[in-house]
Amino acid sequence: MDTIPSSEITPAHMYFSRRKFLAAMGMGAGAAVLAACSPGAAATSGTPGPVVAPSGAKTDELGAALTPYDDITTYNNYYEFSVTKDGVAPLAKGFVTNPWTITVGGMVNNPKTYAVEDLIKKFTQQERIYRLRCVEAWSMVIPWQGFPLAQLLKEADPTSAAKFVRFESIYAPDRMVGQKDNFYSWPYIEGLRLDEAMNDLALMVTGLYGMPLPPQDGAPIRLVVPWKYGFKGIKAIVKIDLVDVQPTSLWMTAAPDEYGFYANVNPDVPHPRWSQATERRIGEITRRKTLLFNGYGEQVASLYEGMDLRANY
Amino acid sequence: MARLHRSRFHFTWLQIVTHLGSLAPLGVMIWDGVHGNGNMAVNPIQELTFRTGKTALVLLCLSLCCTPLNSIFGFHQAIKLRRPLGVYAFLYVLGHFSIFLFDYNFDPSMLYDAIFNQRYVLVGFAAFLILLPLAVTSTKGWQKRLGKNWIKLHRWVYLAAVLVIIHFVWLVKADVRQPLEFGAGLLALFIVRIPAVKRALRAAAQMLVPRRGGRPPEPRRSTPEAITSHD
Repeated sequence: MDTIPSSEITPAHMYFSRRKFLAAMGMGAGAAVLAACSPGAAATSGTPGPVVAPSGAKTDELGAALTPYDDITTYNNYYEFSVTKDGVAPLAKGFVTNPWTITVGGMVNNPKTYAVEDLIKKFTQQERIYRLRCVEAWSMVIPWQGFPLAQLLKEADPTSAAKFVRFESIYAPDRMVGQKDNFYSWPYIEGLRLDEAMNDLALMVTGLYGMPLPPQDGAPIRLVVPWKYGFKGIKAIVKIDLVDVQPTSLWMTAAPDEYGFYANVNPDVPHPRWSQATERRIGEITRRKTLLFNGYGEQVASLYEGMDLRANY
Repeated sequence: MARLHRSRFHFTWLQIVTHLGSLAPLGVMIWDGVHGNGNMAVNPIQELTFRTGKTALVLLCLSLCCTPLNSIFGFHQAIKLRRPLGVYAFLYVLGHFSIFLFDYNFDPSMLYDAIFNQRYVLVGFAAFLILLPLAVTSTKGWQKRLGKNWIKLHRWVYLAAVLVIIHFVWLVKADVRQPLEFGAGLLALFIVRIPAVKRALRAAAQMLVPRRGGRPPEPRRSTPEAITSHD
């Protein structure tokens, strides 16, 4: 690692913006970013960096502090690598994500295979600070970088028959040891209704804390749907298809009565076996009350008008 | 007398291993907590909940191994380990339950919701309520005081163990393999307690490892703990 000049890892403009970022954030948060710069976090993924400078914001729009980089990159639900959260990062280390292509197809007028670095150049990368609420009742506040999924979908130009978007992760059991366990039906599949996918909040993510997305967080490119439970945020995407039937996700296959297609964060709709009324924000001692649509109701509630959210869990 | 001396030595050695082994998970938890290792650094309350629960289950299973080890294999020393293993299991249960109370801020209404609106918590809580009097009456004094009723009371451990398995099955996300493995282990420990099964196994053990004099190993009955060795 010492033999690689830092200029090869980090583009100069990012390096300088990061310095500004450090100054803006002050010592405490700066330490987290410094730790993030350590070898292994960004350098091994090989993912092209996002061309956006971190805003330096310290909180989400509700005033909640950002979760430290170290927590976001060591506490991961990523069963393709490991079912233990702290087991993911060591196994994902060195996972090669460059070159990487995403094929957008199905019911579209403009099917195309994109290299991830081209997507990053093509669509202006922006920082979005989102709350992430896991179905297991813990949560984080994460400064992602990426671009709205809607931009990519508009480029693909869905036909009038397209009703849903189906996402597929990479299937590579030789590189993702968790996929050798056949309990789950690999590869990971997720889906959104087309109007959900077109909502501006739905983000294709390529970066974290101003740096390329590390492998344990879904490099090189993942989905983040902040008003839904975290498992909807499919990682390491290789395929996006526009379809006319509701896709069946990996979790729907694993336990159809428990993990639905919608998976909207909702404190009043418990998981069949546990409550979703409260959550533990990572780094906090007391529980928080979970917010309907994870606090993004203003932007997304209209998508579900007239729907029974209990039936459509 | 030489034999007695030897068995005393073995008893002490096993006891040390039992105590150290039972305390080791607590030591690892403290170590990981102090050093901020892995999940303990990021989500310590949940991690402590998982670890205390898993440790309690393992120790409970081990304590339930003691009786058949004595009654089938004639391994008398095992019966001496049953109480410490059971008490350690309960101490981890107590830690598990205390962390749960802390997790919900000791808030009665939150705790009520947490227990009665989540079935995995409800069965876990029921198991705790069963294990509590068993732990309290685990002393020699209570054993003598309760006499034959002590055996009846402590048979409730089987129900508690079943509830603990259900607790485990109901709390996992989807993959029930590990809780079911524990369940299968417990089921085996229950089956070997059926008198006919136990007799057959004892005879088989005798055939495989013949004892001097050709007599099947008799379970020890002289100590108060051994009263229940045929449960």
